[in-house]
Amino acid sequence: MASANPYKTYLNIWLLLMFLTFITVYAAEFDFGALNVPIALLIASVKAGVVALHFMHLKYEDSMTWIFAIYPLFLLFLLIAFSATDIFTRVAN
Amino acid sequence: MQIMKFIKSLAYPSEMLPPIVEEESHFDPETEHSAAKLGMWLFLATELLLFGGLFAAYAIFRAKYPVMFAEGSANLDVVLGSVNTVILIFSSWTVAVAVTAIQENKIKLVQVMLWITLICAAIFGINKYFEYSYKLSNGIGPGTDIFYSIYFAATGVHMLHVFIGMAVLGVILKRTYEGRYSKEKFTAIEIGGLYWHLVDLIWIYLFPLLYLVG
Repeated sequence: MASANPYKTYLNIWLLLMFLTFITVYAAEFDFGALNVPIALLIASVKAGVVALHFMHLKYEDSMTWIFAIYPLFLLFLLIAFSATDIFTRVAN
Repeated sequence: MQIMKFIKSLAYPSEMLPPIVEEESHFDPETEHSAAKLGMWLFLATELLLFGGLFAAYAIFRAKYPVMFAEGSANLDVVLGSVNTVILIFSSWTVAVAVTAIQENKIKLVQVMLWITLICAAIFGINKYFEYSYKLSNGIGPGTDIFYSIYFAATGVHMLHVFIGMAVLGVILKRTYEGRYSKEKFTAIEIGGLYWHLVDLIWIYLFPLLYLVG
């Protein structure tokens, strides 16, 4: 691995993830109204990004692996966005 | 030539069988290693889209029935969910350490880390069992309302992945005792680890969406 001491890096990453988990739970105590879900998703995405980059070694992978990792996110976006635009633009009969 | 050999082998089974060379590389080992990893990433993409359907259902029904989701979410045990999150992220860390350790030939460390991972996964399952049985004994099941349908489907499919991950890592752990892995040969541990991290990733999203943001 590229890092001098990967074990220490992993430990730091784990502590960061624990901290972010705490933030997630703590933030849920407050009501941000419509921002509740975006905030939760933002923190979750930071955590997911950290796991993918460091634990899954995406940081050290080639561009092909990056495409394989990011392309499904685009498909996921299509799936959710297009289903939603379909459902919520239907005219009630 | 190959066909002749094959037919011959049918006639004289014991003679014809070539000595079993285990997990021989099809290409040079390095190419095979990166190809296997890329294949795993492709599989993880399909896994993500498997859960994608559930996430889409969650997004749409949540927008349609916000009150139902708020009530259902409030009834979930945040403490148990948080404990499970911590356990799963911890097990993800131990797997990451194991993947690095095998590349330094530290077999003992790999074994310890995989044991911890399996124990964490088992605790996760036990917690989930208590959660499910508590809900079911209170008359709340997958058919109660749409929120609980999605809750049971998403966490259930996720739990299935935890079990599959346990099986994969269990087999890998058994094989470390047989001396099958080394600094030169650790592809199985790495892609098994990738699978386990995906299980963690999915939970990172499921936990706040189901337990917290009602």
